[in-house]
Amino acid sequence: MSRIEGVLKTLKDQGRKALIPYITAGDPNPDETVGLMHALVSAGADIIELGVPFSDPMADGPVIQLACERALKHGTSLRRVVAMVKEFRATDPDTPVVLMGYLNPMEAMGYETFATLAADAGIDGILTVDLPPEEADDVAPLFSARDIDPIFLLAPTTTDDRIRAISEHSSGYVYYVSIKGVTGSATIDVDEVARKVAHVHELTALPVGVGFGIRDAKTAAAVGRVSDGVIVGSVLVDTIARHQTDPAALRKALTDLLHPMRVALDDLVH
Amino acid sequence: MSVKLTEEMLKALPDARGHFGTFGGRFVSETLMDSLMTLEKEYLRLKDDPDFQAAFDKDLADYVGRPSPLYFAERLTRETGGAQIWLKREDLNHTGAHKVNNTIGQALLASFLGKKRIIAETGAGQHGVATATVCARLGLECHVFMGSEDIKRQSLNVYRMKLLGATVHSVESGTKTLKDAMNDAMRDWVANVDDTFYIIGTVAGPHPYPLLVRDFQSVIGRELRQQSMDAVGRLPDALVACVGGGSNAIGMFYPFLADEDVQLYGVEAGGFGIETGQHAAPLCAGRPGVLHGNRTYLMEDENGQIAGTHSVSAGLDYPGVGPEHAWLKDIGRANYVSVTDDEALDGFRRLTRVEGIMPALESAHAVAYGLKLASTMDKDQMLVINVSGRGDKDIHTIAQLDGIEI
Repeated sequence: MSRIEGVLKTLKDQGRKALIPYITAGDPNPDETVGLMHALVSAGADIIELGVPFSDPMADGPVIQLACERALKHGTSLRRVVAMVKEFRATDPDTPVVLMGYLNPMEAMGYETFATLAADAGIDGILTVDLPPEEADDVAPLFSARDIDPIFLLAPTTTDDRIRAISEHSSGYVYYVSIKGVTGSATIDVDEVARKVAHVHELTALPVGVGFGIRDAKTAAAVGRVSDGVIVGSVLVDTIARHQTDPAALRKALTDLLHPMRVALDDLVH
Repeated sequence: MSVKLTEEMLKALPDARGHFGTFGGRFVSETLMDSLMTLEKEYLRLKDDPDFQAAFDKDLADYVGRPSPLYFAERLTRETGGAQIWLKREDLNHTGAHKVNNTIGQALLASFLGKKRIIAETGAGQHGVATATVCARLGLECHVFMGSEDIKRQSLNVYRMKLLGATVHSVESGTKTLKDAMNDAMRDWVANVDDTFYIIGTVAGPHPYPLLVRDFQSVIGRELRQQSMDAVGRLPDALVACVGGGSNAIGMFYPFLADEDVQLYGVEAGGFGIETGQHAAPLCAGRPGVLHGNRTYLMEDENGQIAGTHSVSAGLDYPGVGPEHAWLKDIGRANYVSVTDDEALDGFRRLTRVEGIMPALESAHAVAYGLKLASTMDKDQMLVINVSGRGDKDIHTIAQLDGIEI
């Protein structure tokens, strides 16, 4: 059982929902990232999604675009991101880490090399935004062979046939994109998300994480009620941007944002 | 390595997943997959629909003004002293470039699909103008994404788009040029996927775009075959076209791919020189990677981050290239070369002064290389340069280089 499966199973047995924060590695600078990851765990994160910065993040809104620019300005390469996870893993053997990014940096490194380094660093899942399962035949098996979960996206536009097919290619969890749009762009219609996620649950046995548009404890709880986990990204990254020059204030601000979501999710257990 | 291509092989490409060999494909976020699959299905159906084709042909004739002439540049030939130089005059199309062939076709597709809102990216502004033009004619809402750098250097085309009723969105992210305009167009599309049709301007992007743009642009090569037979009773010996994303080049080359005696030359933007790194020549100096929905040759750094590009011509200032070109390069069927900004400017001046034809700076790259190539060929050989667009939009840039305020 992978680390991701283990964590999600434990939570399920407890009737709890996963809190999955996203930050972009190297933002505001590479020296801060590992510390921020530990801070996220202290504030209640069950799994961390760590963004790999890319020069052309086509699926991201302005907040994460700017985070990528900040990270790249400090030379945050994929190799360095992998090293950050290795450092994090040295003191946190339990919290799963999912790398989320675009395909080209992985292709440039070479898939075999990347998969090997990722496994060695203790990376648990890989989510590649611009890699649908149709193009993943050469890539995903390299991850699976090393017990790294390939995680794919589902969208509001995904047909039932594709939901089934994508779930077959995925392990760990599937990531349901709650809105038609880029990251950080719109507020979600909770009823609509609930309806769609319930439908996804009918088509796959995998846990379903929901991301895009979750900004506070209230939306986290509303989405947590219908899913297995909530993914929180842009609102955290925006907080990083606002406190980028003051590390202590930044950690406090992230905690102040994330902890109430943890509490709200755990309040669902009754 | 060179492979003899047969009609049968060509018909099988791209394959069902949009691959040309290892290139092409569909690398997009999940939200767009359903739209792309629907577009593919509908296009493959309409491609052989006589009504659709008749509507397309009629628009090309009556609205674009096709066929575009094949012109023998007699004086240029004499001065160059080599092969006969002929020009395929896409610059004479309505809106001034080959781009309109494709926007006519895609706007027809949008109408058949019932989409009322159109988005497009543009570099030099030619594709933006061609899109705004067909939208004006069909009464469709039009949004054009353009890098703020390009807006500065192509102000005339920006104003044309506005006159045509389009909204021009200035793109401030990344390098503020064509690639970033394409990023923002993709972002808009994800958010408005239900009612919006994305008219991509070149043979790049996710499948089926490289296929359908190539098909729409292939009218260039089909006409050229016929015109060449009519004029000289045989096919040309060499074809030369500029390559940014590569739509005018593939449109010219595609109907000749199985004619192995016809040499094909794609001319990339060498900028300040390939050796400076300041250029936009991924086929000459890049390596395979994935960007904007397809695997192709890219300009990137060792970490897979997309590199900034430079070209005097906004329309060639792009770090990628259509996947079919990437495949043609690897199998050795087409030659990809580059000329520098300075060489292209010389080409512009030469064609202007010797033939009275002012090419777009993009097309001037093909002119510059075509003249070089012609001088190495025999007098009884025939070379055709695709003058993909006219230079009116570049007068400001040229004047500025000459130190003249207009």
